[in-house]
Amino acid sequence: MGMWIFIFTELLLFGGLFLVYAVFRSQYSEEFHISAHQLNGFIGTLNTVILLVSSMTIAMSITAIQKGNRSLAFKLILITLLCAFVFLVNKYFEWGHKIRINLYPGTDLMFSLKHGEILFFSLYFFMTGLHALHIIVGMIILSVVAVKVKTKKIDTGRYVLLENGALYWHLVDLIWIFLFPLLYLIT
Amino acid sequence: MKAETNHITPYSVYAKVLIVLLCFTMLTVTATHYHLGAFTVALALIIACVKAGAVLTFFMHLKFDEIILRIFVIMVFTLLAVVIVITLLDYINR
Repeated sequence: MGMWIFIFTELLLFGGLFLVYAVFRSQYSEEFHISAHQLNGFIGTLNTVILLVSSMTIAMSITAIQKGNRSLAFKLILITLLCAFVFLVNKYFEWGHKIRINLYPGTDLMFSLKHGEILFFSLYFFMTGLHALHIIVGMIILSVVAVKVKTKKIDTGRYVLLENGALYWHLVDLIWIFLFPLLYLIT
Repeated sequence: MKAETNHITPYSVYAKVLIVLLCFTMLTVTATHYHLGAFTVALALIIACVKAGAVLTFFMHLKFDEIILRIFVIMVFTLLAVVIVITLLDYINR
């Protein structure tokens, strides 16, 4: 229950950002469309698939631990962590490209854009950045969980931490499910 | 916390949910190639909501959890939707 209340606060945090997005998009829909064209739709789609797969593997690890198969649970958590890492690597290349062409908040190129485009890219960097931060936090939590599974601190009888770690990971997935179409697919 | 621990979801259910999620991802990506006008955003949001629903129901075990959690989740999403709709109505009719 406590974990769920925490998840609700996270949903409302991102909900607020989606509200900002919705308002500015209704006001500058033309500029938002043009800007979204510059995002890499392929990386976005790839990252969506990666997150969905990782969400499944972490859910499966709960089944594994319930069935008493600790080594499988451990492997599934590792796969999840690997997926998270690949997600971040993709994000690095995606952001890296934008930073190389000077398209990030604070540069002259950004200031030369139209108002709506500045808003779009600021929101893009803030929302995906905050989401990436959640990925990193999720990775830390899942690493702790993995170690505890390995050292038998998490077992068939006690796996609340694994459950909550998994819930957090699904939350990260959930947010991306909304971020992806709204930022990458509005062309 | 303890009440939900007894149900074991088979691996195959998760695999099926993933396939459904991937299909919807493909659908939402393909939909961008067609010009649907104002419906584009609506369609993207509907698909996102369906995907979120699948993740919440199966991956996050809401289906087998206490009913009160399900009510809470629905309330939170309704709250967000209401806030966004009301704010948009205000901005659009200004």
